[in-house]
Amino acid sequence: MSLLVARERPLTSPLVYTLIVLGGALLALLLGAVLMALWGVSPLQGYRELFMGMFGSAHSISESLLKATPLIIISLGIAIAFSASAWNIGAEGQFYMGALAATACALVFSQAPGYLLWPLTLIVAMVVGGIWAALAGYLRARYGINEIIVTVMLNYIAMYFVQYMLASPLRETQARGVGYPQTDVIPQTIWLPRLAPGLRLHVGFLLAVALVFVVYMLLRHTTLGYRLRAVGYNWRAARHAGIGVSNALIWAMGLSGALAGLAGQLEVTGVHRRLLWGISPGYGFLAIVVTLLGNRHPFGIFIAAILLAALDFGAQTMQRGTGVPVALVHTIQYLMVILVVGGGVLRTHRLTLFDPLFRRREA
Amino acid sequence: MNPEIILHAGIATGTVLLFAAIGEVLAERAGILNLGVEGMMLLGAMAGFKMSLASGNPWLGVLVAVAAAGVLSLAHGLVSIHFQADQVVSGLSLTFLGTGLALVFGEGLTGKSPPLIPNLDIPLLSSIPFIGPVFFDDHSILVYFGYLLAPLTWYYIHKTRPGMHLRAVGEKPEAADTLGINVYRLRYFYTFLGGCLAGLAGVAISLSVSPGWYSAQTTSGQGWIAIGLVIFAQWNPINAALGAYLFGAVRRAILDLQGPRTLFGFTNPLFINSNWGFFLQMAPYLLTILALIIGSRAAMRRRLGAPAALGVPYIRGERGL
Repeated sequence: MSLLVARERPLTSPLVYTLIVLGGALLALLLGAVLMALWGVSPLQGYRELFMGMFGSAHSISESLLKATPLIIISLGIAIAFSASAWNIGAEGQFYMGALAATACALVFSQAPGYLLWPLTLIVAMVVGGIWAALAGYLRARYGINEIIVTVMLNYIAMYFVQYMLASPLRETQARGVGYPQTDVIPQTIWLPRLAPGLRLHVGFLLAVALVFVVYMLLRHTTLGYRLRAVGYNWRAARHAGIGVSNALIWAMGLSGALAGLAGQLEVTGVHRRLLWGISPGYGFLAIVVTLLGNRHPFGIFIAAILLAALDFGAQTMQRGTGVPVALVHTIQYLMVILVVGGGVLRTHRLTLFDPLFRRREA
Repeated sequence: MNPEIILHAGIATGTVLLFAAIGEVLAERAGILNLGVEGMMLLGAMAGFKMSLASGNPWLGVLVAVAAAGVLSLAHGLVSIHFQADQVVSGLSLTFLGTGLALVFGEGLTGKSPPLIPNLDIPLLSSIPFIGPVFFDDHSILVYFGYLLAPLTWYYIHKTRPGMHLRAVGEKPEAADTLGINVYRLRYFYTFLGGCLAGLAGVAISLSVSPGWYSAQTTSGQGWIAIGLVIFAQWNPINAALGAYLFGAVRRAILDLQGPRTLFGFTNPLFINSNWGFFLQMAPYLLTILALIIGSRAAMRRRLGAPAALGVPYIRGERGL
């Protein structure tokens, strides 16, 4: 095991990180090419189809940004939790709970005017999503229970709950026979306007862009953000400084869940106009990848979300064109993260081959 | 609702969690937190299924499953041992990577039926009343292996010299290093072993307990439950095994509750509205959270805790704590 040794060096610069990200992404694409070749498809042709699917036309750009919208918002939430060193792996469940709450609220108060109903559904979605995540924050603060496992478990619980609601109380009233698990269409008064005729991209994307700056300001220039970061850096020191560590954890998780719930509300009012099973093709999980790739920084997240969303959409075009399964692109995405994360060591460590300290000692 | 049948099936179902949890106990005892269990299990389930289908020999499937998950775990080893990256990040990426690979190569496996791992009876033991039919009758060989694995692992960790080295590496790697124990090598080894056992858990699902390939639904979060179980079990393999069987029985009881028309003389509420079954399905996940709460309280009371160096990369040549 003396082959490779990492030793700390006090050298960090943004340039190094950029190079690591680019290098990791490139290496992942190369490994993806190998996988494509194994699948029996020319990597060049595969990547051409992939790129055309990502940004090749107004339609594909619109679809890529449409997919990026929930990813940006959810990832910002995960970054908030992370600033207090808490992991929110349960965004998928919080997203579904938020979407469910928004839909239920819209269907119950369908007679209310749109300018009241839309904000109401937004608030309800954020509160429900926030509580769902804050539960894990509470258990961590109160009992010291690992929030990762709790949020994963809450995911499954939320999924079964949504399935129940779609199968019974909120089931589409006009459903014929077995039917697809979905609700009725929400009132047209709260449909979000689309940005261009013929394209599905809606104003929610602009909200996501605004949120990037809001979250940046929140974390960098507010007391709450300062407290969260203080707890994240060193909770003992934060406690001595009089910061309520438990409250900070619960707030961090709660805000994180609120953003996931918000993304769910946007997906309902902006894209599908109803809640349906499968409304999220794993946004909550992909958002973790986005957050890691974006180095947990709002601006980084913005870029990473658009890249990964475009890859996701382009993958469908590629599958139609070349028969390469969509899951292969997912593998490329995950390889990217593991390489970028693993490569992160280069920021703080110098790697040496055959280090003398690790030679077998003479007995 | 025959208790013998539920317990029998619960033991079989619990064996999956047992392998995954004991694998994680070994890795965590060496100081490596591997959150990639779900991904490794899914990869194992897919690889074993595919190999058994291709070769017609389920044992080759088991071998390939174990090897595939073991190799995948080495990626986590490299990133977290040599590169000293955040083990949470690396483990999560491993879950995604394993899931992604399993789904790519598992394309088109749904609905296929490869040869499965055979079931067998243990002579003599299977004729003991109640105990025989539950524990020693018509189980897959993996179940019997599970009976041996838990006590053997306990004995290994607590009573043998290599087991002491394992604990040292997880509790105080600097001290272990000064005694000439190769910290890096042992951490790789137990990460790999944990991966192998996760692969075994995966293939136990797809080739024995609930045969078939249902993409990500094949494991349905059991890898995460296993990680929770390790904390609940306080890093003790015997406790982990008992917890695994308990979860197995619960999982099984959920299925059996949906069948009969009457329960204990009353009309089965699931016959009035079958959608209530969704709430029943939440049980294992709720139970995991409950187990974590109970486990954390027990740990506080008895002042027990995780291995001291769990999740902390060891950097040779740096001053210890």
